Amino acid sequence: MDLFEYQGKGYFARFGVPVSTGGVAETVDEAVARAEEAGYPVVVKAQVQVGGRGKAGGIKVAADAAEVRRHAGAILGMDIRGHVVARLLVERASDIAREYYASFTLDRSAKLDLGLLSSEGGVDIEEVAAERPDAIARLHVNPIDGLSEDVCRDWVERAGLGGAAAPGAVQLLSALYRCYTDGDADLVEVNPLVLTTDGALLALDAKVTLDDSAAFRHPEWAELENTQVLDVREQLAHERGLQYVGLDGSIGIIANGAGLAMSTLDVVHQVGGTPANFLDVGGGAKAEVMASALEVINTDPKVRCIFINIFGGITKGEEVAKGVVEALGRVELSSPIVVRLDGTNADEGRAILAEHESDRLVSQPTMLDAARKAVELALERG
Amino acid sequence: MSIFVDAGTKVVVQGLTGSQGRFYGLRNRAYGTQVVAGTNPKKAGSDVEGIPVFATVGDARAHTGAGASCIFVPAPAVPHAVMEAAEAGIELVVVITEGVPAHDQALFYNQLKRHYPGTRLLGPNCPGIITPGECNIGITAGEIAKGGGPVGIVSRSGTLTYQALYELKQKGIGVTTCVGIGGDPVPGTSFVDCLSAFEADPDTRAVMILGEIGGTAEEEAADFLASGMTKPVVAYVAGVTAPAGRKMGHAGAIVSGTKGTAKAKMAALQAAGAEVALNPTEAGELMARVLADV
Repeated sequence: MDLFEYQGKGYFARFGVPVSTGGVAETVDEAVARAEEAGYPVVVKAQVQVGGRGKAGGIKVAADAAEVRRHAGAILGMDIRGHVVARLLVERASDIAREYYASFTLDRSAKLDLGLLSSEGGVDIEEVAAERPDAIARLHVNPIDGLSEDVCRDWVERAGLGGAAAPGAVQLLSALYRCYTDGDADLVEVNPLVLTTDGALLALDAKVTLDDSAAFRHPEWAELENTQVLDVREQLAHERGLQYVGLDGSIGIIANGAGLAMSTLDVVHQVGGTPANFLDVGGGAKAEVMASALEVINTDPKVRCIFINIFGGITKGEEVAKGVVEALGRVELSSPIVVRLDGTNADEGRAILAEHESDRLVSQPTMLDAARKAVELALERG
Repeated sequence: MSIFVDAGTKVVVQGLTGSQGRFYGLRNRAYGTQVVAGTNPKKAGSDVEGIPVFATVGDARAHTGAGASCIFVPAPAVPHAVMEAAEAGIELVVVITEGVPAHDQALFYNQLKRHYPGTRLLGPNCPGIITPGECNIGITAGEIAKGGGPVGIVSRSGTLTYQALYELKQKGIGVTTCVGIGGDPVPGTSFVDCLSAFEADPDTRAVMILGEIGGTAEEEAADFLASGMTKPVVAYVAGVTAPAGRKMGHAGAIVSGTKGTAKAKMAALQAAGAEVALNPTEAGELMARVLADV
């Protein structure tokens, strides 16, 4: 789950990473109240999960209440690259002396935590990384050892954050690492991390991606989840616990396992079709899950045919078949279904499907045959 | 011959008394795998259809000589289960459970590496490992695999693995061992570990790699192929047309650079000498052709 900036900063603050004084606002009046609390001048920032909001006019400095009112009014409801601004972060403006970059994420190749630190933050850091890799100090941290103060101090020096910034930087980075590990984040990123003219270090932006698998030990994440912006199909899929990504084609895809689901998209493309979505029903795709998946796809007006591709390991064939049949009885499906079923208890599953075979429900023996059939049916239905 | 498991492998199932552990533990036994024990501290002394249940993996190993374990316990209990198996001296720990937090994975991976180098971890979130006709640990439907070699399979995706086994069986091609390494952020066993084991296995004459988008495991496999793998390799990478995943901030892009896309992975594997297929069926066909040439 990707957090909005204000949520990320709230998360930072919990672990002792210093952030500016401020708060979130959903109306102009609330924005003024947050500004009064923070003290002028303030920055009014659009809360959207997309880059380039500054260039789009979504970040403005205000010196007094009248300016806050004007900027908040302009930014709320603004469309920034398809994201409508529903919330603002209003926080005390800082006098910036220097801008840095800091992040922690997992290095999947080294299988260790990786910290990136640069004295050249605030700019396009990917460009810096590509053009002058030496400008970014990398630090591998073994999670067994954690980030010690000594190691952190060396790292800070190596990155060229000496002098006034050094002591604060060690403290901030240690807190940021705790936020990353104890906070179960896949990514914590601060760009820019600023040194103010009066010598304080602050996280001026916050990018936090939480590891959804760790939700079981973070009941407090529930309120963050409520603010996630999803399209209607994604919202429905999310509520049903399905992995769904909406696409623009005409073949609705349901498969079990991310690998097979991706492979199904590939094969549909190869036989000349266009997938309407990626939908992985996961390991335990029982009747109810399958019915939910069909309901989600049924809400997509572009779908002309549904291709169910299941190879049973954990998922048992008869469960898949029962789910399909049950869904057919439960949902008024607008498209025909092509099913390809193999693996654990596939014969039992196929027997159930055979009893219900019709022009609305077609069974095919192989993945390629099923893809071709689905594309053919979709074309017939325009 | 085979890699990692064979007819002599004795397995303890951690979580045998749960519904998944019971279903697959019994299936594995029915397949012919020596499933010799289960664990559950609250049910020690009982049995699951004749398979004795012990309080700990240590007890199970002491009484049965189990050298491999298969973990089905819920995600929050996985770190403890992995360490318990390693401490008991288990040589192969297979974690089927999905949804283990990434930080937990990184921590127990590194703990094993530092303190228990003799323990091989497979998974988490993997389908398991099968040496057809000898030993099946995990959730693979054993009947879809034909044994006897000469192909070794290593895969990141569960269902794609079944697909590949099935394609090969259709063509009458057998498998030495099929390893599902899982698609999670920190897999205990990598493509490279398996390639190197297959390279050393005299009965494996060719290897099939099944990859998917994300991470750099396929690129590392390509480096290994280029650096001296002599056996032919057929590869398939799922996700050429998949929607681009959410970008993990700038840090993710800086770490992985241009790696991670299916196209980049396919190009890397091809450049390293692998035959690259566009779909699982074609992977089976390419393998048949490769074997005809070997």
